[in-house]
Amino acid sequence: MTRRPGDLKLVFVNAVWVILLTISLLAGALSGKPAAVGEGALNAAGDAVKLAIGLVGVMSLWLGLMRVAEEAGLVKLLARAVRFVLAPLFREVPRDHPALSAIFMNISANAFGLGNAATPLGIKAMEELQTLNPQKERITNAQALFVAINTASVTLIPATVIALRVSAHSKNPAEIILPTLGATACALTAAIVTAKLLEKRT
Amino acid sequence: MTFIERVSPWIIPALLAAIPLYGYARGVKVYEVFVQGAREGFDVGVRIIPYLVAVLAAVGAFKASGALDVLQTALGPYTAPLGLPPQVIPMALVRPLSGSGATGVMAGIFQTDGPDSYAGRLASVLMGSTETTFYVIAVYGGAVGLKQMRHAIAAGLVADAVGVIASVAICRALWG
Repeated sequence: MTRRPGDLKLVFVNAVWVILLTISLLAGALSGKPAAVGEGALNAAGDAVKLAIGLVGVMSLWLGLMRVAEEAGLVKLLARAVRFVLAPLFREVPRDHPALSAIFMNISANAFGLGNAATPLGIKAMEELQTLNPQKERITNAQALFVAINTASVTLIPATVIALRVSAHSKNPAEIILPTLGATACALTAAIVTAKLLEKRT
Repeated sequence: MTFIERVSPWIIPALLAAIPLYGYARGVKVYEVFVQGAREGFDVGVRIIPYLVAVLAAVGAFKASGALDVLQTALGPYTAPLGLPPQVIPMALVRPLSGSGATGVMAGIFQTDGPDSYAGRLASVLMGSTETTFYVIAVYGGAVGLKQMRHAIAAGLVADAVGVIASVAICRALWG
């Protein structure tokens, strides 16, 4: 699942925003340069739009390429590889159950950064897993494992990050790909291990 | 270090050639399909504008007021030895809650320190290797009406924490 607006409107984000703005006013008053604070905010607002527009080109290129990958069957191909690795983890799910293929397609679509395709597949996977759930309001081990894997952000190419780096004139926008993969692999391992360790205790 | 420096310039050109070539060989109308997909790119750019404006305007005011300098001088001596510059801390905190918020913080770091600074690189890796955990749990749990999420939240937050630690460790080893 990738970034989309309308995230949880949690108190935390709202509070941080208000605190930032209030401290800015107070600090500006203390240092006697309120004009600079106002100017800083206005300039940054203008820059934000330039940054976002600069991102359009790279995102279009990437999303176009990923659509080709999807049509060519690369997502399905990856799903088969993912199945090989992850099937043993979902032992409660019968081998021929439709939930399994939805799970692997969701993870593969995420890996290619196809957020719009991944979310419906993920919801389908949850619905299929729900048919195997005896207590409808309590998450099953398989569902919790699936959600945990999704929170580890398994992405082969972090396209939005690269697009923003290009937009900010990075000399080598792609240099963060391999380090990101390394960190993602650690997060994924942690998600799986934690889910497996805790499932007996909760 | 040298391995990453050697491989990373090849990743994008290789994908740009390999994916259309594979698609073409499989009989996909690569050009038409590409254009269809590319159309979504504009939406992505436009959709994040309000979030970027909200975060960057606040960060811009904060920076111009001199408060950022004070914060960095105060926190720097404690967080820098850990490999986590003070300006990156908000990223790690906001990321599980709001993807767009974290994108804004990252863009702010790119403006202040530049995308090729240590802070800029660390923010990039953090952004790509952690997820909006609470959003994922809300969407997938809500989709089937689950109320007891048991260990799913803990597993997601552990994954985020490990993602942060691994990002810092890797960035420190490469660029620290």
